[in-house]
Amino acid sequence: MTATSTPPSKTSPYAELKAPTTARRLLMQPTTGPLVALLLACVFFSFSTDQFLTGGNFSLIVQQVMVVGTLAIGQTLIILTAGIDLSCGAVMAFGSIVIAKMAAEGSLPPLAAIALGLVVCGGFGLLNGALVQKIPLPPFIVTLGMLNVAFALTHIYSEEQTVTNLPGPLTALGQTFPLGKTDITYGSLVTIALFLLVAYALSSTSWGRHVHALGNSPEAARLNGIRTSRLTIGVYTAAGVLYGIAALLLISRTGVGDPQAGQTDNLDSITAVVLGGTSLFGGRGSVLGTFIGVLIVGVFRNGLQLMGVASIYQTLITGVLVILAVTVDQLSRKKAR
Amino acid sequence: MSRISRLPSSLIRAAACTGVAALALTACGSGSESGTASSGSGDVKVGLITKTDTNPFFVKMKEGAEKSAKAEGVELMTAAGKFDGDNAGQVTAIENMVAAGVKGILITPSDSKAIVPALEKAKAQGVLVIALDTPTEPESAVDALFATDNLKAGELIGEYAKAAMKGKDAKIATLDLAPGVSVGVQRHNGFLKGFGIKEGDPSVVCSQDTGGDQAKGQTAMENCLQKEPGINVVYTINEPAALGAYTALKAKGREKDVLIVSVDGGCTGTEAVKGGTIAATSQQYPLKMAAEGVKAVVTFAKDGKKASGYTDTGVTLITDKVQDGVTSKDTAYGLENCWG
Repeated sequence: MTATSTPPSKTSPYAELKAPTTARRLLMQPTTGPLVALLLACVFFSFSTDQFLTGGNFSLIVQQVMVVGTLAIGQTLIILTAGIDLSCGAVMAFGSIVIAKMAAEGSLPPLAAIALGLVVCGGFGLLNGALVQKIPLPPFIVTLGMLNVAFALTHIYSEEQTVTNLPGPLTALGQTFPLGKTDITYGSLVTIALFLLVAYALSSTSWGRHVHALGNSPEAARLNGIRTSRLTIGVYTAAGVLYGIAALLLISRTGVGDPQAGQTDNLDSITAVVLGGTSLFGGRGSVLGTFIGVLIVGVFRNGLQLMGVASIYQTLITGVLVILAVTVDQLSRKKAR
Repeated sequence: MSRISRLPSSLIRAAACTGVAALALTACGSGSESGTASSGSGDVKVGLITKTDTNPFFVKMKEGAEKSAKAEGVELMTAAGKFDGDNAGQVTAIENMVAAGVKGILITPSDSKAIVPALEKAKAQGVLVIALDTPTEPESAVDALFATDNLKAGELIGEYAKAAMKGKDAKIATLDLAPGVSVGVQRHNGFLKGFGIKEGDPSVVCSQDTGGDQAKGQTAMENCLQKEPGINVVYTINEPAALGAYTALKAKGREKDVLIVSVDGGCTGTEAVKGGTIAATSQQYPLKMAAEGVKAVVTFAKDGKKASGYTDTGVTLITDKVQDGVTSKDTAYGLENCWG
């Protein structure tokens, strides 16, 4: 964490304008700080508990963060456009109930139910994006409203009942396969694949550059010929579809459709984005950083539990980490100016 | 106290270790040694997972488990959901505890149904699973259940309210928990049974959910009084809801002529019974649930004998305004045995 906040040289105010060395450029990467923090945490927990440093435990951590991780991919996209999504957990919960109920009690075959869930979640994203772009309304307000809408719909549609007896295909992603001595969950692979896919799209396609440009300055982006309206709505819709995938992962992980799910996941996903070094002011950050952010939370929760530290301290430490991360972001911005 | 002094030290270790990168290896190495030494004789680990960290009921439950774990010389790990209803958080806690090698898990399920697959997985790994306070659905998803008989808890205050009304026309408000949560449903049904009426009886003039929360209890009571000013009996799911109802009644100057009954027996609630705010409450014993749970895990670790079935941890009607034909104990007894 300290690496990126090295104080500038006092001797010459222009020292930092010199071409950075490779090592220095590496240190300036926004994901370097989070990565160092993650590695330090891993080292610490490896030495403080016997059970931490095992393949099975790492597989477990990835499995535990796959739902929030997938939500956080969508959240990263939206935050990159200088927006925010408070509705992601609630939209996911609604999607999961739609999938579970349609497949377990309705007449739809499992795959059709899953497809419907993705469409429903994507629809919420589309609506969010349209309200943000067309009226326009602040993302905070739109998604705050949508949080309540999706939450209420979840509880109305589920009649407050947990959906059990799910057909096999719905929980398939929660199954494991052995890799050496370690059991890996299929859903973990899906999550990692999604992170890689979106990371590629952001870094190596014109769409990715446009998303960054939009976050830096929507006006400049528009003047440069980017169709900002379509892009914004597209980003929110893509995020919605990702929440639908998260819904499927959630069902597969817990084995039930749970109307209470996801209530703090919106904040958890924002936490992961911030810990991963993405700026809440848009335009700057990376989805791989978010993956590291999500792992930091997962590693702390798992490691502290293995040490026998009560869960309220996990919350305390997460809070401190978030403030540290934003501080580092601010300081490095100041320096970059 | 041992817990309080232990936690910050591990926190300080965490801070020190993450902060000083160069010294991390040595510092954490020595830290882990002292950590293992202080965990003492117990190779046996017991996990306790509550609905939340903050509700006094669960704080007391944790205290009971800690006391019992210390007496038995075993190590206690605790975890909780972030909010009442946080199933995913409880699932994660179960997984981490199984990874940590616990012999048994004591859990107060936030969602009776949704937690079942995770518990089945833990059981498949040879872990003894005991539900405290709240049964799972189906009950067979756990090895054993240590809990209050919530139907009986409701019945006791129902019978009390019936006797206290002495044949007067009752206009009842029920301030309930939340739809579909078994504890709330059982207490509500128990109250109606004790009062000698059925669901849908015209004497129940208002029913509202409070989530067991004082502020929501107050709002619910205000709305009920708006709907039917003549309410003279108030059933509440727990004492925070009862105190909220009292505040609403007092604002209307009705606090003297309305009978409030409740369930839980927390210390604040029992004080309220002593002060006359609440007429009577059914007291339950979270400390006992936890202590029995820890003992059961220790027995299992020693000779492989699994606890099974339902153990009633008891419920007592607490009131200072004794009614004929209703067995009760006074608030002196209640305050000696209260939690929170």
